[in-house]
Amino acid sequence: MEKKLSLRINGVEHSISVSSHRTLLEVLREELGYTGVKQACGIGDCGVCTVIVDGRAVLGCLTLAVAVEGRDIVTIEGLGKQGKLDALQQSFVEHGAIQCGYCSPGMILSAKALLDENPYPDREKILSAIGGNLCRCTGYAKIIEAIEAAASSPE
Amino acid sequence: MSAYSILGKRLPRVDGPVKAAGTARFTNDLSLPGMLHGRILRSPYAHARIVSINTRAAEQLSGVRSVIVGTDFGNYSYGLRADMRDEYPMARGKVRYIGEEVAAVAAVDIDTAEKALRLIEVEYEPLPAVTDPVKAMQKEAPQIHDDKLGNISVHMKTEFGDVEKAFSQADHIREDIFYSQSVLHGYLEPNAALAVWEPPNRITIWASKQSPYFLYRNLANCFQVPLSNVRLIQPYIGGGFGGKNGGYPVDFIAVMLSKKSGRPVKVDLYQEEVLSAHRRRHPMQVRLKTGVKKDGTLLAHDCRIIADGGAGTGIGPMTIANTFSFLNLPYVVPNVRFEAFRVFTNRPISVAQRGNGIQQIRFAADVQLEMIAEDLDLDPVKIRQKNGAYTGYRTPNGMNIRSCGLQESITEALKAANWDSEYCSWKTKQDQPLGRIAKGIGIACNAFESGARLTGHNCCTAVIKVHEDGTVSLLIGSTDAGQGAETVLAMIAAELLGIRLEDIFVAQTDSAVTPLDPGSFGSRVSSTAGNAVKIAALDAKEQLLKVASKLLKSPAKEIEFKDRKVFVKSGPERVMRFRDLVRRTVSWGSGTTVIGQGSWGQTIEPKNFETGEGDSAGSYSFGTQAAWVEVDTQTGQVHVSKMVVAHDLGFALNPLAIEGQHEGSISGGVGHAVYEHCIEQDGQTLNPSFTGYGLPTVYDVPDEMVSISIESLDPVGAFGAKESGEGTQVSTIPAIINAIHNAIGVWIKDLPVTPEKVLKALEKNREDKSDLEAAR
Repeated sequence: MEKKLSLRINGVEHSISVSSHRTLLEVLREELGYTGVKQACGIGDCGVCTVIVDGRAVLGCLTLAVAVEGRDIVTIEGLGKQGKLDALQQSFVEHGAIQCGYCSPGMILSAKALLDENPYPDREKILSAIGGNLCRCTGYAKIIEAIEAAASSPE
Repeated sequence: MSAYSILGKRLPRVDGPVKAAGTARFTNDLSLPGMLHGRILRSPYAHARIVSINTRAAEQLSGVRSVIVGTDFGNYSYGLRADMRDEYPMARGKVRYIGEEVAAVAAVDIDTAEKALRLIEVEYEPLPAVTDPVKAMQKEAPQIHDDKLGNISVHMKTEFGDVEKAFSQADHIREDIFYSQSVLHGYLEPNAALAVWEPPNRITIWASKQSPYFLYRNLANCFQVPLSNVRLIQPYIGGGFGGKNGGYPVDFIAVMLSKKSGRPVKVDLYQEEVLSAHRRRHPMQVRLKTGVKKDGTLLAHDCRIIADGGAGTGIGPMTIANTFSFLNLPYVVPNVRFEAFRVFTNRPISVAQRGNGIQQIRFAADVQLEMIAEDLDLDPVKIRQKNGAYTGYRTPNGMNIRSCGLQESITEALKAANWDSEYCSWKTKQDQPLGRIAKGIGIACNAFESGARLTGHNCCTAVIKVHEDGTVSLLIGSTDAGQGAETVLAMIAAELLGIRLEDIFVAQTDSAVTPLDPGSFGSRVSSTAGNAVKIAALDAKEQLLKVASKLLKSPAKEIEFKDRKVFVKSGPERVMRFRDLVRRTVSWGSGTTVIGQGSWGQTIEPKNFETGEGDSAGSYSFGTQAAWVEVDTQTGQVHVSKMVVAHDLGFALNPLAIEGQHEGSISGGVGHAVYEHCIEQDGQTLNPSFTGYGLPTVYDVPDEMVSISIESLDPVGAFGAKESGEGTQVSTIPAIINAIHNAIGVWIKDLPVTPEKVLKALEKNREDKSDLEAAR
């Protein structure tokens, strides 16, 4: 069943018509062109499709698009201004926290949701925030360093 | 002070920003107007004859544009060598594993494609299946390939030295059986391909491929089109680890669906398909018999391997040759006898995975060495130091060690692990009560090939295009699967041309434009492609020097290129900007271009894959790893709390990238040792999800990982560099197993180390102990 929907993504309103069974992940990538949101397992197992909805990190593959009408949705494309990376993204780059890059958008957004709520998290809180984000390349060490560095430096 | 301006520095990756921004595009991010979506129908049987396939209803479903089956590919099959062409674009005649590709559909959207799959009627005649390699070797076993009797995919039998004589002289002999389980590559980006067929015979394909040129050749042969008409363009790759090197059904299917439908077709696998039906590491049973003198000197190895090859050959011979070769290193072993059977089974095909056959043998050999040390009351460090290979050593099977930092790697690893103050042998502490959490430490050493050499085309070629403003495009066919090759190659070019890293643009691998290249496997890119880039950069520099020499009125050898400037060494006031030199050069007369070219292939002859004689690579890396474990004696859980890797990588081209590789290797090794297991029953994968499979999360990796680079400055590798991304995942497993023994006195010889195995072993130890006490 098709439903008319208004989604606010990175501050921009989008009016679309989608079937009510479509996930936020599918709609973001296929209807709206936000291919920065990556797809890996599709079953909520890996965190790769993480986006932020009303300040909370959620899994795009397990969220129905119709359920997030009227909410503030942030994807990786919403970070940074006018083509420049924000401090958290920059920290990931500088600390070598990115290798193949496939987990990076989701990982960065999980970290962002944490830091927006808690600017100076301890290590336990950082692990908890990214505990649901898998990475096969880095062994996580530099990801943790990048988040710690972004946390301790004033914006 | 460093001799280099750029090499050796901790520089962030050149592709880091686009990946952090989310603008880096992977295959599934691409789309073309009018594109269709492909989905694949897979076999539910491990072994069956395909009696008939009826696609009529599927073809007639609204929105479906093409339906294909195996017979659409005619007689085509492919493989490593002419006598090993046992892989098919889609199953033909019969299916040989659960998940094998039987039919495929291209439709206007995925939902329609899925509906169409359900309308395809396949009649199968199930055949007896065999999924255990030992059973598959028996006479009564079902034949999986008609032309390979006894289901033997590869049989390697060889001996160097005189093993029987050596055993007769040994003071101590041990024989043990080890088992390494079915594990998966675990990359997050599923295999995918977007293909466009343009009549009459042009193919363009974007696909996630570590070795694009293997597929480009396959497609030319399969579709009978000239190579110049096969354009394979490499988007970013979301990890490969050996699972994206070959041509796979998904690639052929995308092209055929496009050919038949007349539209671009994207086929993007679901993760469940990748985890249950794609490719995986060779499960191996290793029977190892070793003889030593009572002072721990290694005399001989006698090894028998049964490797589960799955339903096809893949690069099986190379894997088995690696397993043999690295029985001969990192220690001096004068007598080696080896027999391996790679056996066909009705399971997905076993291929290379980070380490390619070397993990399995070093797990066995370095755990057994620890056992031997304990048997003879010898120190586990000293026994390794005593037997270690060295620069200039030549193994009995002809592997030449041109640089070896093994001893230094042992010293540094022990220092970082606090070994001297923390190590206490199990024998010393075995009578103390264990307590809830038992701690232990262990080490292991290994060697690895740096720049594997296969038969056929093995060389890298680089082209450096210098733009008029002094920036550069680097065209090379080597692939960055995430390991950071692009950055290292750009650093080499920037260093030699005396410009900055940000001045270099590394083009996507594109078979129409970039030179032929074997791609990313066998730890060859830094050393092999690195040398090609070096030669190309020097070639471009040579062309510029001719003009610089005239303009600066100085012999070429007096002129230096550094930090975007070109100047005379003895009189640096005679200087010009690099970009001005380029501009003057290209506008000389009616104009010219500055294009540098360089090729480099390995300096060694290809190894004899039958006898195992010869070098595996031009150079070998060496390393030591030390593991700290905590074993919960109540639950059986093992936590690896700290891991130290000290790796002789020749020269650290980019220490930041190298640390990242080490940490990634360790997490893969920890996974293989403790968490990961592809659980199968009669060919069915029971746990095709990341969490079900056990892919390590941030909680599972060691709390602390220490990366140490040992620089032996290899004479062959570019700038003295050797590999650092695969060889660092080999000692991880035996170091952990040895640490577990040090903690609780049990030897786990069967991976992975599960809580059940730990508890059973502890129970057995308690029983044995009380039996002993009762007997007194």
